[in-house]
Amino acid sequence: MRLDLTVIEQWIKPQSRVLDLGCGDGTLLLHVKNKQGVNGLGLEIDAEKITKGIASGINIIEQNMDLGLANFPDHSFDTVVLAHALQAVHNPHLVLDEMLRIGQEGIVTFPNFGHWACRLHLGTRGRMPVSKFMPHAWYDTPNIHFCTVKDFEALCNEKSIRILDRAMVSEGKNNSWLANSWANLFATTAIYRISK
Amino acid sequence: MANEVLENSVGLVSPRTAHFDQALTLACGRVLSEFDLVYETYGELNADASNAILVCHALSGHHHAAGYHSEQDKKPGWWDACIGPGKPIDTNHFFVVSLNNIGGCHGSTGPKSIDPETGKPFGPDFPSLRARDWVHSQARLADLLGIEQWAAVVGGSLGGMQAMRWSLEYPQRLRHCIVIAAAMKLSAQNIAFNQIARQAILSDPDFREGRYYEHNLVPKQGLSIARMIGHITYLSDDAMAAKFGRDLRSGNFEQGQEEDVVFQVESYLRHQGHTFSDNFDANTYILMTKALDYFDLAREYNDDPVQAFSKAVCQFMVMSFTSDWRFSPRRSQEIVNALIAADKQVSYAEIEADQGHDAFLLPIPRYLDVFSAYMNRIKAES
Repeated sequence: MRLDLTVIEQWIKPQSRVLDLGCGDGTLLLHVKNKQGVNGLGLEIDAEKITKGIASGINIIEQNMDLGLANFPDHSFDTVVLAHALQAVHNPHLVLDEMLRIGQEGIVTFPNFGHWACRLHLGTRGRMPVSKFMPHAWYDTPNIHFCTVKDFEALCNEKSIRILDRAMVSEGKNNSWLANSWANLFATTAIYRISK
Repeated sequence: MANEVLENSVGLVSPRTAHFDQALTLACGRVLSEFDLVYETYGELNADASNAILVCHALSGHHHAAGYHSEQDKKPGWWDACIGPGKPIDTNHFFVVSLNNIGGCHGSTGPKSIDPETGKPFGPDFPSLRARDWVHSQARLADLLGIEQWAAVVGGSLGGMQAMRWSLEYPQRLRHCIVIAAAMKLSAQNIAFNQIARQAILSDPDFREGRYYEHNLVPKQGLSIARMIGHITYLSDDAMAAKFGRDLRSGNFEQGQEEDVVFQVESYLRHQGHTFSDNFDANTYILMTKALDYFDLAREYNDDPVQAFSKAVCQFMVMSFTSDWRFSPRRSQEIVNALIAADKQVSYAEIEADQGHDAFLLPIPRYLDVFSAYMNRIKAES
């Protein structure tokens, strides 16, 4: 399982109701369902992933969150997860608002564009970074709203969103203290638990 | 029936008739003192009767959903794409029950049947029907077959409406409800098309106010036009363009040509109407379209579908097709949204397909894949 997902599962309460926006094939929901008895629902637009997730026993709604989430009632979920999808939505700030309207809490993960490797790539080569974690060329990428750890926290501050927890993940086993000490420089993935 | 198609077919099947002599009180208040249901089954019922699937048919459907009645049959049952060994409703695992609803014209008690009170066919006097009447009669059939709880009730279009009604009328008697290309109620446009279809039948001089049996007449012209109208709403603009375009069946536009120009689409529709009018009953068509028009899942729940679905206990799978304009994906989304708000277990797939409403009958790969994925979950628990 992706590193950010192992962190997320620790923040999800047993038996809680979880909405996973951009759930893919339901890996996270299946994991927390089996381990913690979580009652999950996923949103996805990729046909093959939907079929795979449904086959594995996860309930998935085919819905594009860029077209809104108004069909989900206020506070109808304990936790709303947006894992590695913030950078791919048309209006990240509005999705955050919706997450915290629908859920008591939100969990957001995103690739940190402030990571030193991104900076180095851009600084020395003058080209948009392409790496294992961001494998797309700039003109053909689902990731249309990259941000840094600092950018995200500034947005939370601006919108009076409370950061309840944060965890930083980095490649390599000895990098986690670096990632947590100087997150904006060393975290490859940032993970936040937020509420209103 | 070609040998190569038998590989994944239920093969030769024959219908059975169940007679019920306990009266059935209908939603309209009238009573059927006794009734027959014609049905077919595919696959084997397991020891604890936990693998039974009920298939509900749509407007012009009937009990013959899969397989062939004889080796001379050119076409299999109406949902053979989805029912059979290895198909989404896998008869290697499930016991499938498919019936002709009351009011129908394929053997179950309907307008063509003899009214025991008068000794003459019911004709236009057959009681008005609602989807729930079918559900109650289907529950009687379940009792007869020893099925306390369906693994799933499944239906497309009007069949999906019956499946939803099952989840509210008998919440404990189904574990899954599979609703395909349906709606919680018809739109004004839907009702308008049904009204034109009924008017076509009513205005046929051979209809004789529904008493055409007594005059040995059949209002074929009216029924045929009714079907042509309906058929257009089952197809999409793109599907018709792809199938017919502006191709001509006969005639041409050259100067001096006397022969009338006939477009392929005209010829096709006339053929569809003609074939249908040979096999369907006009009174049944009127009855069924009215049941469709009257259907409103939430009417008795303060018009609140969330309140309605809060009665349901089962899990739901909803599917729609992008080019379906009769019951568009929007209608299915309304079902899904009500289920989410009622905190029910639901999955939803919106299948990319250009075949319109008819897509639910067709072997569209993604449709079969996601349908199978969900049915396999049911297999795992039955």
